[in-house]
Amino acid sequence: MLGKTAGGLFWMFRYLERAENTARLADAGFRIALTRSDHAEDEWASIIDTASARQAFLESGGKFDGPSVINFLLRDSANPSSVLSVTEAARNNARLVRTALTREVWEAVNETWIKQKAALARPVRETDLPDVLGLIRNQSALVRGATVGTMLRNDIYNFARIGTFVERADNIARILDVKYYVLLPSVQLVGSTLDNVQWETILRAASAERSFRWLHGGETRPLTIADFLILDRRMPRSLLYCLRKIAGNLGHLCADYGVRRPSLEAAIDLRDQLEELSIDQVMERGLHEFLTSFIQSNNALARQVEEDFRFNS
Amino acid sequence: MGETPAFFNEMDGGGDKPRAPYSKYGDWFAAEPPERLRRKAREAETFFRRTGITFNVYGAADADERLIPFDIVPRIISAREWTKLTRGIEQRVRAINAFLHDIYHRQEILRAGRIPVELIENNDAFLPKMIGVAPPGGIYTHIIGVDLVRTSENEFFVLEDNARTPSGVSYMLENRETMLQMFPELFTKIRVRPVSDYPKMLRRSLSACAPNVSKGRPVVAVLTPGIHNSAYYEHAFLADQMGAELVEGHDLRVVDGRIAMRTTLGYTPIDVLYRRVDDDYLDPLNFRPDSYLGVPGILDVYRSGGITIANAPGTGIADDKAIYSYMPDIVQFYTGEKPILKNVPTWRCSEPSSLAYVLDHLCELVVKEVHGSGGYGMLVGPAASKKEIEAFRAKLTAKPGNYIAQPTLALSTVPILTRAGLAPRHVDLRPFVLMSPEGIEITPGGLTRVALKKGSLVVNSSQGGGTKDTWVLED
Repeated sequence: MLGKTAGGLFWMFRYLERAENTARLADAGFRIALTRSDHAEDEWASIIDTASARQAFLESGGKFDGPSVINFLLRDSANPSSVLSVTEAARNNARLVRTALTREVWEAVNETWIKQKAALARPVRETDLPDVLGLIRNQSALVRGATVGTMLRNDIYNFARIGTFVERADNIARILDVKYYVLLPSVQLVGSTLDNVQWETILRAASAERSFRWLHGGETRPLTIADFLILDRRMPRSLLYCLRKIAGNLGHLCADYGVRRPSLEAAIDLRDQLEELSIDQVMERGLHEFLTSFIQSNNALARQVEEDFRFNS
Repeated sequence: MGETPAFFNEMDGGGDKPRAPYSKYGDWFAAEPPERLRRKAREAETFFRRTGITFNVYGAADADERLIPFDIVPRIISAREWTKLTRGIEQRVRAINAFLHDIYHRQEILRAGRIPVELIENNDAFLPKMIGVAPPGGIYTHIIGVDLVRTSENEFFVLEDNARTPSGVSYMLENRETMLQMFPELFTKIRVRPVSDYPKMLRRSLSACAPNVSKGRPVVAVLTPGIHNSAYYEHAFLADQMGAELVEGHDLRVVDGRIAMRTTLGYTPIDVLYRRVDDDYLDPLNFRPDSYLGVPGILDVYRSGGITIANAPGTGIADDKAIYSYMPDIVQFYTGEKPILKNVPTWRCSEPSSLAYVLDHLCELVVKEVHGSGGYGMLVGPAASKKEIEAFRAKLTAKPGNYIAQPTLALSTVPILTRAGLAPRHVDLRPFVLMSPEGIEITPGGLTRVALKKGSLVVNSSQGGGTKDTWVLED
């Protein structure tokens, strides 16, 4: 396979994953605004921080209110991570790697772009927001279904999956990092309704509120939430789950190619570190410090994959 | 030419019954509710858009991708008509290949005085670097598109030869695919020769031209300028259908005297490169130094037999519009036979007597730039305003050598489906021809382009043209 094609697949699936996570973030923010209008401005600001977009947002002249943030996240072309921008980037990469995709996957991505472009052509009104977010979620599911259902399990699929999970790990770690202070053990003593809302936002942004409730019933403790999103092996958006997937796909890739590459070692390393950690150890080390270092390691891993498989040179 | 010329209608031939090739289709069409047909036509558009069969228009203000409009009424050619056409095409393609070999080797045709030396020497499409180079298998033109127009029941003309990188074959294939999906019943009623083998034939034909250094199954790649090129969809489509790699210049470099592509495991040599990049951009070391689309040094690798480039560099000298007027002589010179397909009579404006005639008859002629393509920069006299004609006259007088002129042909029509029912529109036909040491293969059918505007003779997609599925009937 061409190095460029591997890179195109990796990025195509990173962008698709980012589109989905950004839409979830917008959904979580919208939910808070509906329930907690008196703290709305802070919440919208922290949503923007989670998207790592404060500077771009302020430069675009945005105010921390619902319509500005929602439109910035979903459709602003000045925001390179807006759903519309990344969907277009995903489609451009899909065009680039067209020969590596099944017809189903290509058409799903192309249709996603066509529909989202139409739905996001004008500023989204509050009344239309649930429909628009629903469309984005449905299209993500369609692309994922086409990918899992029709793609051969070869290097193409492995690069696609590595991209997906690298991006997901990054996004989840960022969501946690922006809100880390409400997850600190000391907060447990406070336990105000405000904190409850904050915890809810985190779970919702990670699409994890239902599964969390299944596992932990009505008991919402910050430590349990942190444990769930960082170290749970069953939760498909936890950091450990992502790392197990990355290491697994890199393992298949190297086995298929009959090679050993530094990125595989790095992924195994990072995965094993997480496997051996308990949530108490994470808190002892400092949640914020842990997350910052995780984001860095994950980025370094992505760069190593890029280098090992010659995406660019 | 004051009176309106009578145009040959391929469906009814001017009578009140469909001509024989259209008789079964005509029966089917007459029995179809018009509303269903119109709905199908709308479905076709959705189908094309979802599949992503779009093209980018150069210079259009919005960067949006456009669809080439598709008309659901097929263009139908009988087996007998097709057989005759293919004989003519084969003869012409052989002559073009022989001409290219000659012009880059002994230049017998110049020595014999059959075409003027200046026409070659002063022509940008002639590549001196190709002199003495022997392309693998002796093939210059692996893929040729021969543009034909019809003027009556029995008269076809070659409008131009496309010997560089003819495009449009993906539309030939997708148009058929669309018709099969929309009207499967038609294909059980009427026996139409399939076109779907084209990618397989292309792969086989290209593989048969692999260089001697190639070992095992030849590695074939399609070289595209990238996703912003207007024909990118076609490049990806062909690579996909052939099971070949789709590469860009920056994926390639010279490694150990071969052209190699950067894979996830390092550099792998390519045997046959089907390039969809023009000569000028192919090699910044040998041609345009500012090109990012090509591969530095590829021409040197080619000259030393390390790779097959399809089509060979320098084939443009054979489809140049100034050379076109000499095609009957070229066919005769290399095949010893009379040309089967006619050439459109052409005035070369470089010749003073021709120029004088052309200037006197601008309002009835079609004047084209010698190096132009895509329907840009041409004058269609009968359709032009006085002002346009005068503006063109000035350009023509300033640089006569830049132009050729032809009579306005009475292009045949095939009906398209409009809101008011069937309406005749002018068409042309581009069959696709593959050439390898194993022989010449012509896919039955080709791309029918149709001018959607009433009365218009310009079928180019960049000028508002559409396409039709083209059927060649089984015997």
